[in-house]
Amino acid sequence: MRAMHDLGGLPAGPIEREGHDPSLAERRVDALMSLLMARGVFNVDEMRRTIEALPREIYERHDYYERWLHTIERLLVEKGVLTRAEIEARLAAGPAGA
Amino acid sequence: MTEPGLRPGMRVRVRERPVEGHVRTPFYIRGRLGRVERLHGRFPDPERRAYGGSGLPPVPLYLVRFRQADLWPDYAGGAADSLLIDLYEHWLEPLGDGHGA
Amino acid sequence: MAHDHDVHAHPPGRDHPVREWEAREAAIRGLLIEKGVLTADEIRRKIEEWEQKSPALGARIVARAWLDPAFEARLLADANAAAAELGIDASGVKVVALKNTPSLHHLVVCTLCSCYPRALLGLPPAWYKSKAYRSRAVRDPRGVLAEFGMALPPEVEVRVVDSTADCRYLVLPMRPAGTESWDEPRLAALVTRDAMIGVARVAAPARPA
Repeated sequence: MRAMHDLGGLPAGPIEREGHDPSLAERRVDALMSLLMARGVFNVDEMRRTIEALPREIYERHDYYERWLHTIERLLVEKGVLTRAEIEARLAAGPAGA
Repeated sequence: MTEPGLRPGMRVRVRERPVEGHVRTPFYIRGRLGRVERLHGRFPDPERRAYGGSGLPPVPLYLVRFRQADLWPDYAGGAADSLLIDLYEHWLEPLGDGHGA
Repeated sequence: MAHDHDVHAHPPGRDHPVREWEAREAAIRGLLIEKGVLTADEIRRKIEEWEQKSPALGARIVARAWLDPAFEARLLADANAAAAELGIDASGVKVVALKNTPSLHHLVVCTLCSCYPRALLGLPPAWYKSKAYRSRAVRDPRGVLAEFGMALPPEVEVRVVDSTADCRYLVLPMRPAGTESWDEPRLAALVTRDAMIGVARVAAPARPA
């Protein structure tokens, strides 16, 4: 059975050539990913395994770095670094500056 | 540590293993016949590392070549067109240094 | 709850309102800093580090290979060591260089995710990570090349390389005609990211006016 991320050979339309350079927020997600792996919080294979297990609507509808953020959050919770409650509480508290 | 069991030039068939979870062998290449192009070396097994293991002992990783005409029934490109892909040894069934393409 | 909001409810903008996922990123980052997992300084430095990586690094390697056959041989045998000779750090992951010839053209893809030689080319373009590229590059490489404006005669072997494991691939494109007297920096300036992925040739220089 073909997993959702396993795209080789599937029919697809034209390639969207226009794209933006990553925004600051996207670069931050990228940096978090690099640093958390370098720190040994999780490894690249755990990261891929987690992306591949995202709910299909997230995998298909969300942009690349949004998917990475979902993945980072799931792994941080899985590894006991953060809890969902802490994250939601922090979000509810509102932005506290960059 | 496992010695690499395959050599460049050997014919191989990509195994069709019933696996769930994280693997790095795409669906489109399973069951296909190719030839070993080179040995990259030994690397930790990502299928075990994905679930928190070390992935050791490391597994031999090969670059394997396939003819595009063998992969896609409607392939309309050049007859010489090929595809190379990195595959781990436990996914490859050796068929020997056969004759023919 | 924040996660019930439609992620597209807020228009993209520089200031307010920030998109939901950006608020989530800030929350996670803030918590990680508070808990001492990372520092704000480390995050800033890592962003800067990736900003220093660009296709200019790979282009220097290509230009050196064009000028120096012995370097080219070392590059094809061990691309990480060859990059290090030029002071380029590609130590994190194994890189393999793929040489294009008049009868062989390489095209690199990662069908399973978005593996890319970031240490030599910087961050990948959005199209490389797209579902359309990942789906079609292996099955219809000539169609993909045509979308990028490249056509190759059927006698040329189009070789797609799917980087499914721990190796990253860098295409060594052919040196264009008309550059015989050029020095390394001038050659490097011709080499594009797309040529090192394999969706473009290195263009021959325009004739001087």
